[in-house]
Amino acid sequence: MRYAIPVVVLVAMLVLLGIGLKLDPREVPSPLIGKPAPAFELPLLGADPEAPKLSVASLTGRPVLVNFFASWCAGCRVEHPLLMELSKQGVEIVGIDYKDAPEDARAWLARHGNPYRQVALDRVGQAGLDWGVYGVPETYVLGADGRVLFKQIGPVTPQAWERDIRPLLAGAAR
Amino acid sequence: MIAELGHFALWLALAVGLAQAVVPTVGYARGNVRWMALAGSAAQAQFALVLVAYLCLSEAFRQNDFSLVYVAANSHSALPLVYRLSAVWGAHEGSLLLWMLMLAGWSFAVSIFNRRLPSEISSLVLATLGAVSVGFLLFMLLTSNPFERHFPIPLEGRDLNPLLQDPGLIIHPPMLYMGYVGFSVAFAFAIAALVTGRLDAAWARWARPWTTTAWLFLTMGITLGSWWAYNELGWGGWWFWDPVENASFMPWLVGTALIHSLAVTEKRGLLQSWTLLLSIIAFSLSLLGTFLVRSGVLVSVHAFATDPARGVFILAFLGAVVGGGLTLYAIRAPRLVRQGQMQLASREGLLLFNNVFLIAAAAAVLLGTLYPLAIDALGLGKISVGPPYFNAVFLPLMAPLAVLVGFAGTASWKRADFKVAFRPLRVLAVVALVAGIALPYLTQGRGSIAASAGAVLAVWVLATSVQEVWRRVRAKPTWIAGVRSVPRGAWGMTLAHFGLGVWTLGVAFASTFSVEKDVRLGPGQSADIGRYEFRFDGVTHVEGPNFKSDTGRVVVSFRGREIARLDPEKRLYPSQGSVMTEAAVDHNPLRDLYVAMGEPIDRGNVAGDWALRLYYKPMMRLVWFGGVLMFFGGILAASDRRYRLARRAESDIPVGAAAA
Repeated sequence: MRYAIPVVVLVAMLVLLGIGLKLDPREVPSPLIGKPAPAFELPLLGADPEAPKLSVASLTGRPVLVNFFASWCAGCRVEHPLLMELSKQGVEIVGIDYKDAPEDARAWLARHGNPYRQVALDRVGQAGLDWGVYGVPETYVLGADGRVLFKQIGPVTPQAWERDIRPLLAGAAR
Repeated sequence: MIAELGHFALWLALAVGLAQAVVPTVGYARGNVRWMALAGSAAQAQFALVLVAYLCLSEAFRQNDFSLVYVAANSHSALPLVYRLSAVWGAHEGSLLLWMLMLAGWSFAVSIFNRRLPSEISSLVLATLGAVSVGFLLFMLLTSNPFERHFPIPLEGRDLNPLLQDPGLIIHPPMLYMGYVGFSVAFAFAIAALVTGRLDAAWARWARPWTTTAWLFLTMGITLGSWWAYNELGWGGWWFWDPVENASFMPWLVGTALIHSLAVTEKRGLLQSWTLLLSIIAFSLSLLGTFLVRSGVLVSVHAFATDPARGVFILAFLGAVVGGGLTLYAIRAPRLVRQGQMQLASREGLLLFNNVFLIAAAAAVLLGTLYPLAIDALGLGKISVGPPYFNAVFLPLMAPLAVLVGFAGTASWKRADFKVAFRPLRVLAVVALVAGIALPYLTQGRGSIAASAGAVLAVWVLATSVQEVWRRVRAKPTWIAGVRSVPRGAWGMTLAHFGLGVWTLGVAFASTFSVEKDVRLGPGQSADIGRYEFRFDGVTHVEGPNFKSDTGRVVVSFRGREIARLDPEKRLYPSQGSVMTEAAVDHNPLRDLYVAMGEPIDRGNVAGDWALRLYYKPMMRLVWFGGVLMFFGGILAASDRRYRLARRAESDIPVGAAAA
């Protein structure tokens, strides 16, 4: 009988691995998914200080990508061409310039192109903190009702766009 | 056209593999020697076919044939040729093809070198290897075809993952796969023994060189992987207890146990069923490693693009191969095993302890690797098991092994008197204690209990392994006669054990006395680590063939004298948009000085201050040098004359058409 023990161990392990196949180990869900986007009020780049600020309320009614970026961030340059392409296709991207000086952001956007419908300034990173940003770039997909549908950590890759983000936008727009 | 040829060759190889698996087995059942003899020619034909397929894929890479999905995803026209050729195994589909090539290569080697074995053994071994190859070929052809084309044809490829564009990575996967796949031969020998019931000293002698060969490749593969991680990942570590590293380490531990238990089975005819079980488990763990890497069930830096269909297939395959092997074991082993008397106070008794510790270590690693998965599967949340667990469990299990190694030469088979066995080692034990405790003070100028404990064990292992050969050489009248009198197997054992000692010393010092400093330096500024001064001389921009690099210059001085110029790099690979850190290391046997570039502190101003990471790592080289010594020890042991003479002696037995 003791010669059969290895087979029993094997079967138990196969069951475990079989269940494991259905799970996604990478998924560390953002606690914000499915919740309304955290409130913020940030000045817009290039607007005078008295002008109305950007808040969550102005992002509802249609699906939006909220992209945290900075002129000092290398990963942002990586995803930048894709964002330019998406904005040409009519995707609404709102940029939040994270812990950055407005003049640097303006120079950066002038040099590389501006994919953003609006750019808000989060100079001290308070909005980033509320949104749970670990590092730029990060991109959030907001549904028409202002809920967070998805969070992309790191640059938006063509794969992430095709697999995760585009279907969500298409679904949210319908 | 070339791709289609390769694809066709794989299908043919599958057909040949089926024949290789089925015909000799039926032949064995019916006692038909001719059918059994087919195994050898089938293995040779399959090797040729898989080689053709492999060369076709390499040619597609050489020509930048981006009409192949796999080439387009893993190559780029600016990629240097050597990396285009190694890109063949840069991702899932191609590395499976490499796996398959190696499996066919091992079968080919078995068919050549084992011609003189009794035909039922050699043909059943080859039939088992054929069955394994059928599984792999089906896996490749059904879920992961490297020859798939797509349309429209992209103008440019997406480039090879920059992490893999490193000389270490050119040879690391092939070595590792050679090891993984090599255990399939040990597995096949176990199956043949279970089926035929032939489980004697001769069987163990046939299986030993194959097992040792697989082990030596795995040793080198792991060593290279560690070396690569150290140079390429930029945070100075050499072992991370990452699930995929563990996946290669578990078969290594079990394979090491198997080498030792095979010795007992050969010399004393004991531990037979244990040896069979280890043969099956070593290969099972190799397959499990494949599963863990390919299916994406665990988070790892090594994970390939994953696909659930692939996971299901490998799991089914794992179940079929290992389940089949273990079931056969459960049915047959009780009838085959001879009950023998074993004295614990003997060399075989010590080897049994060696096995217990190695297997316990492998089980602990397996547990730590699969535990997060189990917790997740049971819906209890997400956790990860990190280095603290592995270090806490693993190191205490290794320490007794190091003590045991010392007796490898002096304890005799059958019945040993430990007092007698220890007598020639008394002096060495004292030497180890004194030298081990003193070494940290002598080389580092300060003490540490952990480093001293490690050094005592290391010196003990080094001294006893040398002493064993020394004693044998001295017993002869002249040096030359003495050196000649020691069989190659014993030289191999000595060298491998010596490597273990070197490794232990390296681990003890590198993990205790390493100094790490994150600094912010502008051009011209410097930072100190101990007596080493690191001066940062700024960054120059370098254009590589397919990357842009900010190459720093760091000048290291020791007591005011310049001893090294280091050029760490920060590379951007635009086609994949990834940033890579190429650390720069100056090394000698006593210490490594290591610099890795962080980020420019001032918003992309590369001419300004940079974050740099500096390391001083004593005896770091010894960790890999130990692995290299074990590798060469394995080569010596596997090429011992005894195994060749054994083959010649077997030629007296009528071998029928097996020589065909």
